[in-house]
Amino acid sequence: MKQLLILGAGTAGTTMASHLRKKLRKNEWKITIVDERKEHYYQPGFLFVPFGIYTPLQTVKPIKKFIPKGVEWVLESIDIVKPEENKVILANGAHILYDIMIIATGSDIAPEEVEGMKGAEWQKSVFDFYSYEGAVALAEKLKNWEGGKLVVHITEMPIKCPVAPLEFAFLANAFFKKKNMRHKVEITYVTPLSGPFTKPKCNLALSHLLKDKNINTLNDFAIMEVDNDNKKIVDYGGEEVPFDLLVTVPTNKGNAVWERSRMGDDLNFIPTHKHTLQSKLKENIFVIGDATNLPTSKAGSVAHFQAEILTENILNFIAGKPLAEDFDGHSNCFIETGNGKALLIDFNYDHEPVRGTFPIAGIGPLKLLKENRINHFGKLAFRWVYWNMLLRGIPIPFVPAKMNKAGKIFD
Amino acid sequence: MEKTIAGKTINVNEEGFMTDFGQWTKEVGEELGKENEIDLTPRHWEVLTYIQDQVKKEVGLTIRGIGKSGIVDIKEFYALFPKAPLKTATKIAGVPKPASCI
Repeated sequence: MKQLLILGAGTAGTTMASHLRKKLRKNEWKITIVDERKEHYYQPGFLFVPFGIYTPLQTVKPIKKFIPKGVEWVLESIDIVKPEENKVILANGAHILYDIMIIATGSDIAPEEVEGMKGAEWQKSVFDFYSYEGAVALAEKLKNWEGGKLVVHITEMPIKCPVAPLEFAFLANAFFKKKNMRHKVEITYVTPLSGPFTKPKCNLALSHLLKDKNINTLNDFAIMEVDNDNKKIVDYGGEEVPFDLLVTVPTNKGNAVWERSRMGDDLNFIPTHKHTLQSKLKENIFVIGDATNLPTSKAGSVAHFQAEILTENILNFIAGKPLAEDFDGHSNCFIETGNGKALLIDFNYDHEPVRGTFPIAGIGPLKLLKENRINHFGKLAFRWVYWNMLLRGIPIPFVPAKMNKAGKIFD
Repeated sequence: MEKTIAGKTINVNEEGFMTDFGQWTKEVGEELGKENEIDLTPRHWEVLTYIQDQVKKEVGLTIRGIGKSGIVDIKEFYALFPKAPLKTATKIAGVPKPASCI
């Protein structure tokens, strides 16, 4: 009996388990998935929790529910990985030997990376919304906040779902308007990038959205510290931004096990071949989702597209065939703009977000790079798709892993 | 688009980043430095050479990475290339804008 081991039962790991259990014979391959958590979070939902659009409970379900039949789940954290011995040692001292390993340990916030971020004001006037706890604490804060300077801030790239902080600013605008207190809130968007959107094409097409919503922007801000006493953030160039409420996206890092095992880069992300998803460490190790160091978005849509290609490549690897160089960096995301509207963008390693229709050429019904109501319903509907189709490895109609060029306008 | 600098024709994108590192020379670097209001000192060159080496090795560039490089710390990096150091330094080094923008 051979052993396929998946580390991490989040979006990417669970989807891989679902795909591979259908493809690998049960009398030849044992599939084991290791995760220390009992909860599976719908992370895109965290954005909506602070504004009361989703209740916290709408973003969480038991992990167990999504582990496919015929896959063994080990509820334990990982102590260290020894790739030269094909061995994973668990925190309880047990070990697992593998023939093939898939790393899907994701990424997490590391507020301790910036001086003062996790200081006296943490979860008092300094919040994140990338963790369940952070989103819930921020929801409590916003219920009774009386207004002032709201600073929405990105610490450094790469981060999960790069558009989420921008969506947060848009939704905050709508939220305070609805509470009739928008005039009491000054919103400033602070980013280390040279524009509010991460893609130049989006900046051109969409920067009017910020202006329309009266959101100030400050670019090229590389934070040095959070000054808790004076409630301001300070950058290496000496610039200071005062806040009454700071909503920050802290540094994102991969799992600390990769530091202990000396397998990650300086942010604990795993060096990965960008088109095959094989690790650069050893040929029987593959990487998927946020855990990679690939230059594409860290997002569920990307993990979903990668899963189809990685499944094919695991089968190629087992059969001794060359790996398909098929992953093109395809990413697809909805951007909530507030008031029941959203944008949709679609891009890959080579192409910036394009205009056009999605997913069906010429028909849509969703429109790319354009703000409308139907895109918003697409985003809300996605929660159902996530729990019921994506994690179970059921193909989503009309949405292929590789970026489809039909129906799109390439400048 | 094309532009002429230090007596050479180079190709740049709309943000002014060179698109063909083969066209880069030290003289081009000097001129790109002046365009960005920086007179390059040996300290600047140490950083620029490090950046070019990292790009050759296909290692992603980040402000954090440069701070940990042992060449400069982040404070000095800002002092050498004020405002947006990574963007300015990569532009002068003739390498693509770091793909942190995703």
